[in-house]
Amino acid sequence: MVDIPFIARGFHSKRPAAPPGRLPPGQYETRDFPVLSAGPTPRTPLDKWDFTIRSGDRSMRWSWQELLAFPHETPTVDIHCVTKWSKFDTTWEGISVDTLLRAAAASSVAEKPFVMARSDGGYTTNLPLADVTGGKAWVAFGFGGAPLDPEHGGPARLLVPHLYFWKSAKWVRGLTLIDRDEPGFWEQLGYHDRGDPWREQRYQGDP
Amino acid sequence: MPDQMRLDGNAAAGQLGELFARDVTTALATCAGCHTTAPLGALAEYGQNMGVVLRCGRCDTVMLRLVRTPHAIHVDATGITVMVVPVS
Amino acid sequence: MSEPSEAIAAPRLAWQVANVVEIRAETPRAHTLVLDVPGWLGHRAGQHVDVRLVADDGYQAQRSYSIASAPENPHVELTIERLDDGEVSPYLCDVLHVGDGLELRGPIGGYFVWTSNQDGPVFLVAGGSGIVPLMAMLRHRAHAEPDRRARSPMRLLYSARTASDIIYARELAELAERGDTRVTFTLTREPATSEWKGERRRIDRAMLEAEGWPAADSARSYVCGPTPFVETAANLLVELGHDASRIRTERFGPTS
Repeated sequence: MVDIPFIARGFHSKRPAAPPGRLPPGQYETRDFPVLSAGPTPRTPLDKWDFTIRSGDRSMRWSWQELLAFPHETPTVDIHCVTKWSKFDTTWEGISVDTLLRAAAASSVAEKPFVMARSDGGYTTNLPLADVTGGKAWVAFGFGGAPLDPEHGGPARLLVPHLYFWKSAKWVRGLTLIDRDEPGFWEQLGYHDRGDPWREQRYQGDP
Repeated sequence: MPDQMRLDGNAAAGQLGELFARDVTTALATCAGCHTTAPLGALAEYGQNMGVVLRCGRCDTVMLRLVRTPHAIHVDATGITVMVVPVS
Repeated sequence: MSEPSEAIAAPRLAWQVANVVEIRAETPRAHTLVLDVPGWLGHRAGQHVDVRLVADDGYQAQRSYSIASAPENPHVELTIERLDDGEVSPYLCDVLHVGDGLELRGPIGGYFVWTSNQDGPVFLVAGGSGIVPLMAMLRHRAHAEPDRRARSPMRLLYSARTASDIIYARELAELAERGDTRVTFTLTREPATSEWKGERRRIDRAMLEAEGWPAADSARSYVCGPTPFVETAANLLVELGHDASRIRTERFGPTS
């Protein structure tokens, strides 16, 4: 039985006109910053916080202070949520994932083709390594010129703006490099392994 | 500071109903993490527009996840050991 | 361990189109939609419907709204609070008119219900539009228990922003005047110079203790409204000694 929606007379989404070419297909612009969360906000104190890159039995771990000692970058990016909102020109401060991977490689943490991001509270998301390298990803601890709010993923979240924003794992605590792709929290339930908004890769099986 | 994004399982009645073909908010579910039993309607719900995420009110274990894609309903209920759905 | 649950008769879980037969302004911000729903099998007080709006370009938005009417009412009434930056409520309050169709699914949400065959005192705690499902419970009681002396004892504590934001103000005042239901209003943003003679503060432990039932009475509590309101009220009730398993909550989400 096909579910044919009833068209509501006079209903339109509230969409300010977005500059052409800036919105991926199926998205609309928001000036808000909606909060989505799969669980309660974690509250890890900074003196207990660390970030780990793991590969096989090798790993490299940094404390909060050690992480902040790396060079900071301040990307300005558009972000796109699979729930259809996009937000333009968001400003962040963070450490490039390239920088961290290079530092980890110096300790024999081997590169592998896929990555699983792991967060406080148990959230995970998988990505190809190629999508977090080449200047495309950060571990971000600042947003809009201020420390990243806990409800938006603070103290630090992964930031991978060229993919749907569920890949930008909030409360990130590490990356595990893996040989074979494995689905994370939402991917296990049907969301796409890669999530490119320009190809509308929302769900498993989308080309 | 309360978690602003948390709702009650009752709010997911419609989405759960698509799968179970009945209102399951009064069904009792036992948590695989801590074995607390509670009605689904009383669990903590965190799915927002991504899907349904029901977590145990005691230990935060994810008891049920549900995502509706254009072609399917995906469900993981491994966080529930037993569910008891009352029928008349 | 929770008490035995009531089975819920299989509802129509498919989407269906209801007809808007009347629209009533309740307050400057809240409207009631009176709907004729084909094949409606009835509901229990406290349940809600999911409403879906689809634009002609396929864009969709969906929200849940509590049913305000008593189960005994042949029409289904939804009271909608208009959120200025909302996507659905401005459509329902400003654009929808009598004769339009509205797509909905339900009734659902059998966990947050009260029926008059449940014995014992009841404490209803409402924050803002959280009054809607609780009003259905009060209206159901009025129908199902016409003999006032036999009424299930109910007390209502309703927190609103200002006096003009109190939904169903007249109906609740009449209910209070009949003497069998304690109704307490508290306002959180009423101008200090106004004539309001009632409480003027956020709910707190003292207010819940004064206006609710003693913990020893084993009342059922229904708490509904914005998430922070519900968290505060539910936690305070537990602190006052109420059994957590007899407190049912319906969080509406972040404060708008």
